[in-house]
Amino acid sequence: MPTIGVDKAALFKTLEKEYTTEEFDELCFEFGIELDEDTSQSSKPEDQAQPPQLKIEIPANRYDMLCFEGIALNLRVFLGKEKLPSWTLTPPSSGELETLTIKEETMKIRPLCSGVVLRNITFTQERYDSFIALQDKLHQNLARQRTLVSIGTHDLDTIKGPFTYEALAPEQIEFVPLNQTKEMNGKQLMEFYEKDKHLGRFLHIIRDSPVYPVIYDSNRTVLSLPPIINGNHSKITLNTKNVLIEITALDKTKVEIVNHMLVAMFGGYAETIEPLKIVSSHNNESREAPDLTPRQMQVEVDFLNQVTGLDLAPPEISKALARMGYTVSPASDSNLLDVSVPITRADVLHQADVMEDYAIAYGFNKLPRVYPNKSAAVAAPLPINKLADVVRLESATAGWTEVMPLILCSHEENFEWLNRKDDGKTAIKLANPKTAEYQIVRTSLLPGLLKTISSNRHHAVPIKVFEVSDVGFIDLAQERKSRNERHFAAAIMGKTSGFEQVHGLLDRLMMMLRSVFITREDGLKNDKLEGYWIEEYDDPTFLKGHSAAVKLNIAGKHHTIGVFGILHPSVLQKFELQYPVSTLEFNLEVFL
Amino acid sequence: MAGGTRGPVPVPLESQDRNLTQEILDLLDTKPTLQSSDDFPAISQAEIKAALDRLASRSMVEYQSHDSEQAILTPEAESIVAEGSHEYKVWDAVRQAGKIPIKELPKIVGTDTAKVGQGNAFKNKWVKKDGDSLVLVADEVKDSTRELLRGIQETKTLSDAKVLNDLKKRKLVTVGKVITYTVSKGPKYAKEIPVEVTDLTAEMIASGAWESANFKPYNFNALGASQDAGALHPLMKVRQEFRNIFFSQGFVEMPTSHFVDSGFWNFDALFVPQQHPARDMQDTFFISDPPKADKPRADPDTEATLSAMEAGSRRLFASPDKQSEQTKPRDYEQYWKNIKEVHQEGGFGSRGYRYPWSEDESLRLVLRTHTTAVSTWVLHRLSEDPRPARYFSIDRVFRNETVDATHLAEFHQIEGVIADFGLTLGGLMRFLEDFFAKMGLENLRFKPAYNPYTEPSMEIFGFHKGLNRWLEIGNSGMFRPEMLEPMGLPKDMRVYGFGLSLERPTMMKYGVSNIRELLGHKCDLNWIKAQPAVRLDKD
Repeated sequence: MPTIGVDKAALFKTLEKEYTTEEFDELCFEFGIELDEDTSQSSKPEDQAQPPQLKIEIPANRYDMLCFEGIALNLRVFLGKEKLPSWTLTPPSSGELETLTIKEETMKIRPLCSGVVLRNITFTQERYDSFIALQDKLHQNLARQRTLVSIGTHDLDTIKGPFTYEALAPEQIEFVPLNQTKEMNGKQLMEFYEKDKHLGRFLHIIRDSPVYPVIYDSNRTVLSLPPIINGNHSKITLNTKNVLIEITALDKTKVEIVNHMLVAMFGGYAETIEPLKIVSSHNNESREAPDLTPRQMQVEVDFLNQVTGLDLAPPEISKALARMGYTVSPASDSNLLDVSVPITRADVLHQADVMEDYAIAYGFNKLPRVYPNKSAAVAAPLPINKLADVVRLESATAGWTEVMPLILCSHEENFEWLNRKDDGKTAIKLANPKTAEYQIVRTSLLPGLLKTISSNRHHAVPIKVFEVSDVGFIDLAQERKSRNERHFAAAIMGKTSGFEQVHGLLDRLMMMLRSVFITREDGLKNDKLEGYWIEEYDDPTFLKGHSAAVKLNIAGKHHTIGVFGILHPSVLQKFELQYPVSTLEFNLEVFL
Repeated sequence: MAGGTRGPVPVPLESQDRNLTQEILDLLDTKPTLQSSDDFPAISQAEIKAALDRLASRSMVEYQSHDSEQAILTPEAESIVAEGSHEYKVWDAVRQAGKIPIKELPKIVGTDTAKVGQGNAFKNKWVKKDGDSLVLVADEVKDSTRELLRGIQETKTLSDAKVLNDLKKRKLVTVGKVITYTVSKGPKYAKEIPVEVTDLTAEMIASGAWESANFKPYNFNALGASQDAGALHPLMKVRQEFRNIFFSQGFVEMPTSHFVDSGFWNFDALFVPQQHPARDMQDTFFISDPPKADKPRADPDTEATLSAMEAGSRRLFASPDKQSEQTKPRDYEQYWKNIKEVHQEGGFGSRGYRYPWSEDESLRLVLRTHTTAVSTWVLHRLSEDPRPARYFSIDRVFRNETVDATHLAEFHQIEGVIADFGLTLGGLMRFLEDFFAKMGLENLRFKPAYNPYTEPSMEIFGFHKGLNRWLEIGNSGMFRPEMLEPMGLPKDMRVYGFGLSLERPTMMKYGVSNIRELLGHKCDLNWIKAQPAVRLDKD
């Protein structure tokens, strides 16, 4: 969620009230934004050095509140101090619009462009700073770090239309970038900004493309190299009177949202908002931008009232919605309302969004709290969780301690350290872990248990721990190409191996799971005799001759469900364990 | 001796080869009361007390303790008592030599004494400077410092508080608390500790020896024997408490046994647009192997599990006319198309996000970032037979977070879902108030919030009495029509969703400030064993 810092005194002046911090916090809470900090209450020297700021957290869908102007406007409307303005376009008296022609080559890199002209704007230092900051915030959030949309703003009086949006080879584009003195071509520019902390992270968006997007005026002056940087020539200053805004994009919806936000937030400082004529015949995107007509939609009175549990008549609903910036009029059908959604509210997609705003205007915490469904319901636990609980309780009762290591682990903990080989078909691998600790989904509970023991070496021995949890496997037969499996595992570290302890725990759990120990040869031959037995089993995780497979006969089917034994000393060394350790691990799902 | 439990008890306390308990008994035979400070001046207070307690617990002696302050000489002061004060030593040296060059003085009396003693000897007019040397002034002096300290050494007190303070400042005297004892005979005084038995044994019962046995008194101030107990993990104990709350309210547990999910179930079906920041590499773990999911399709195993679990619920909502109706099987292909449409062009009363929706992006595999992905599957299943239903899950979710004290790449999400016809937003608040009241959290406040798949969305705030402020304790809302209607759920069916992490309330409950000490292999086993049972309604 973006956090916006606004000048406290200026905001309260605009809201026509000196709020206490608590009162303003309450106002934010009711509206659905969050007062993060009031720097007048901060003791940090850097906060005390400047006029008090309010740091306000804005929900990720409210692009219309990413600057002082938007926060002040929306709160004023919410407080009933004003009606949300309607923004209108005014063509120049000459009737000749500024024109921007999009060349077809831009399809190869960044095909869309929109824009607008703000005439006779009055900047102050505060307005200018806010204008720049808003562009930054939009670039970060809605524009996804400039990948989808980027904005360029220019002093129109320094350049001359008609403008063209083109895509050219990097070497062909030469200009002096913003706040630089040296002319460079596209290729040199990439090298120049490679180490730049701010701009360096955007270079990848176009760097390897054979053509770079570029905007020229009629004198071949470069306006900008989107989405990286503007030209220095057309830079706006506090004295700029007429602003040309160009917005290039990959996303047709978002480019107009950005245009709307800039117009709505800063159009008020200009005398007129003038459309820009876009010529883009190759993809049927020729138009006059932006379209400032509020969007019309219909909402059902019943829906609004039912979901909120209210019973207000249309005039009252209209009043409430006006405080959220809507203009509402009754429709022909008495159950319908015609709602005009302002250009600032691209987040309103469905009547559910209007309904939420209705609830906010009424006050979430004032809504009637009626107990919801009175229908009876029948609870049920998930069978695997119920089974796991049985085994967990029995293990704890037998004197073992439950631990909860992580599910993600490194490749070597899961394989190499246990003397196990990765066949490449078993473990689910992560594409983008931040550290080597999280490379795969574990396929065994052992690494977690052994790491837990290792970080508890100060604990008196014997250490007896267990875990009942999921491991994951690749399984190409599944829709998600993988599956979980619920395992039980236990480990004991002590001065002696503890082999008979894990064996005893196995016997105890089997007894609790109604599985009989089958001992004699004739018992094993009798397929009708259900139960478990163990067989010596060679496994490099364990000391040779000291490991056994756990076998199970269920309905005549033999399963190998797990293995136990004394860990091989090389395993102990890898996990930095100073005493012998025996472990037991088996698959619980066969007992479902 | 049979059983080996008989025998003279106690084993003598060894202290400078002295049997202190016996000495006390012997001495009490000669006089009615003892003063520990006089009779055993060399024995430490702890040793005296141990011996007295041992005798007192057998009623062989009675004692009273006295707290007092004592002035005790520091090693420096003790050497003054033995050898004289620094100034005296300086004076004495000059007296013996007649004349001492100042430079030579440290060599004769030592550096420290020269430094302190010279000044004081001047002040006392005992010596004076003669050029570069010291010569005698007084032929005879009274070393009052030494006498003062000697007095303190003998009496351990000094009545003049001002002088005492001055000595403390000069680091010659420290004042310590001293406990002494006055001891007299107890009702069971004897000249020796009688033979005692430590425990009742089978042999004693068989022989009848228990009747005349002298039992060693039990120490009621000590803890009992430590139990070699197993333990459940505190996080799992809290989880169980939450499950019980859900079960008591008729919730069915959801099948969450798959960590890996497709972008479709984890995001797209929840109306999270494909360019949403949550779908960034920075926030979500993507899977490199296996590479790609199948499109959504039937999952007969999970289906059968859930059907068996819901048999009771189905019977509850069965009606004669409904029984004859066949449930309408889910059309996965239609669902896929609906989701694509609602993102790309809009539909179901929504204008949609209007961007080109990518199938490949939807089939990318991720580690589920929330168990809401499973709720989505379960709600889609509900469209076969839309009826009031309640579901919950508590299971592991994954975020590609930078790990710190409050963030791990894994945590547990508690998720609840209620589907019914005609639900209201106030009803959700009422339900949540009830739910959190079971954990002892009253007075909830709800803040409007944004979440791509719920509208309205509310953050739940509870007042934390300990921290004296409002804390966000969970998230909630009503699932968006864009999520529910593409599933085939009827328009008037509304669904609440709410969620919180399991770790946060557990950390609050147990006062854990670092999540790594709770979940993961760094958790301390002694801590796990020592945490009390969880009774959310009690504390």
